[in-house]
Amino acid sequence: MAKKSFRQAVNEALSQEMARDPRVIVMGEDVAGGLGAPGEDDAWGGPLGVTKGLMKQFGRERVLDTPITESGFIGAAAGAALTGLRPVADLMFVDFMGVCFDQIFNQAAKFKYMFGGKARTPLVIRTMYGGGFRAASQHSQCLYPLFTHIPGLKVAIPSSPYEAKGLLIQAIRDDDPVIFFEHKMLYDIEEEVPDEPYTLPFGEANLTREGDDVTIVAFGRMVMLANEAADRLAGEGIACTVIDPRTTSPLDIETILEEVRATGRLVVVDEAHPRCNMATDISAQIAERAFEALRAPIRMVVPPHTPVPFSPALEDIYLPSVAKIVDAVRAVMAGGRKAA
Amino acid sequence: MQLNRDELLRAYRDMCLIRQFEERVHAEFATGDIPGFVHLYAGEEASAVGVCMDLTERDTIASTHRGHGHCIAKGCDVDGMMAEIYGRKSGLCGGKGGSMHIADLDRGMLGANGIVGGGAPLACGAALSAKTLKTGAVAVAFGGDGASNQGTTAEAMNLASVWRLPVIFVLEDNGYAESTASAWSVGGDPVKRAEGFGIPATRVDGHDFFAVHEAAREAVARARAGEGPSFLHLKLARYFGHFEGDGMTYRAPDEVARLRAEKDCLKLFRRKVSEAGLLEGAALDAIEGEVATLIEGAVRRAKADAMPEPADLLTDVYVSY
Repeated sequence: MAKKSFRQAVNEALSQEMARDPRVIVMGEDVAGGLGAPGEDDAWGGPLGVTKGLMKQFGRERVLDTPITESGFIGAAAGAALTGLRPVADLMFVDFMGVCFDQIFNQAAKFKYMFGGKARTPLVIRTMYGGGFRAASQHSQCLYPLFTHIPGLKVAIPSSPYEAKGLLIQAIRDDDPVIFFEHKMLYDIEEEVPDEPYTLPFGEANLTREGDDVTIVAFGRMVMLANEAADRLAGEGIACTVIDPRTTSPLDIETILEEVRATGRLVVVDEAHPRCNMATDISAQIAERAFEALRAPIRMVVPPHTPVPFSPALEDIYLPSVAKIVDAVRAVMAGGRKAA
Repeated sequence: MQLNRDELLRAYRDMCLIRQFEERVHAEFATGDIPGFVHLYAGEEASAVGVCMDLTERDTIASTHRGHGHCIAKGCDVDGMMAEIYGRKSGLCGGKGGSMHIADLDRGMLGANGIVGGGAPLACGAALSAKTLKTGAVAVAFGGDGASNQGTTAEAMNLASVWRLPVIFVLEDNGYAESTASAWSVGGDPVKRAEGFGIPATRVDGHDFFAVHEAAREAVARARAGEGPSFLHLKLARYFGHFEGDGMTYRAPDEVARLRAEKDCLKLFRRKVSEAGLLEGAALDAIEGEVATLIEGAVRRAKADAMPEPADLLTDVYVSY
């Protein structure tokens, strides 16, 4: 076991699964790069270098650069998944799903049900998401609530290198279409990651902190912030449980319910746009099923309902932060009133 | 003429089966027994059957909302189709898909499609599977003149060209995208569009089974030989509305009657095989009789079959939960 970055963990998962199963292919824009160009081959390995080296290891037949044609190649990946391959398609930035959503949510997501259960669509769509990269409105969104909304899709949101590798291998071996979210601010985060292949099950939340006072649910990069907030609050004598659901579809609502029943207080941290996001979904489910256990109103730490701004001065106040999470926890500890 | 007697009989049988299937669904829909809405293929039979003639079960097709003909030509079970259209549990999709989503993956039928232009990228994917796994299979993307204007069609053609995929794009130009004439809505020439992507393209009289088959045979052979995609622009006509219930007020009053009298693909087939002395009228009549019995049985069974159970609502969303 060695320390590996989130980027290396994803690369290693792809490499190991491609070596294990010849039906696994990788496809997308510039996943190798340099195709047909006079310079270096495998020039990019994806825009942030995540798939670098796969083409040299497995050849152009299994690491397919595509034209910039998201409807075309995401649809082709869906069709290939329906007919014997196990494609891992790279949708670069999740914002680009605007140009190919039909192939994801009307086609791939629905084959199984529409065709009476006979179809298998072992498709993985890897995609970058999230703010903090100064990439503005069309390259910074989270959008996982939109995919979570669609029956037939599974949605994985790893929060660490260890999770990235285990959840991606699970996604590749899964026979349902999986949208796999990689926060672009996490790629250089490092931690111990086992060298051998392993899977992490979908729909099973992980508790990164345990405490009796407040339950914090957070997704993806927000887990890191929630952990930091919990550590800071521990110094004030407030003990938090932090839940990382790992997947939003399926969602381990039972673990969240259990923890909220124990603490009586819930804060949900969600980087996605605030209307109809995971925070509202979880809040609604908790309000419906565990209202009697709540000792304070639920708090949601979410961005304002605006596009993601460009200027660092604006993006920094747009995003959820450790300070905002700490404030929300103090507020629920104060019975829902803002802390003094 | 390269088809033998058995093949000619099969072609006529499949075309008759489609025609009678659609004429019957038209009649049954009017009684109110069929839920939802249906888009009928009658009039376009020469396309589905001519294109699928040289395909095997290993080959795949991506179909359209007007998909019954493609299903039958690709070998889908007619009882299962009819039951599906009636929303029965015994339907090909267990009653969960309906007319617009009939699929039979074991027969290489990747689904009718409720999204205009939705199928072309999927066919590219099936062709990519065939190419990567070296199965020798080919894929066909059917689409109408409406789909020809969708970005997915253009993207799929470009992808097929740069990846040299064994895929055939079949544009079934029946003159109308819903109620809007293709003469107005299709800018330029579809054949030239395909040629612009570097794809060999031909325009064919879609009423003529033999012309369609000849063009499709060449395209299938090209795909199997690893020479990449082809494009066929078939000019043809539908006899019914965009959907059942469409009053077709946008068509000339005598248009369909004239098409049925002068351009009908079944009549044209009969005339050609009779003139060439290939099949005698009695054999063709016998097929029509057999098909009528099949359709009668399919409707009777579909009506009698059980509806899905309430518990079926929640199954088949995922392979694993």
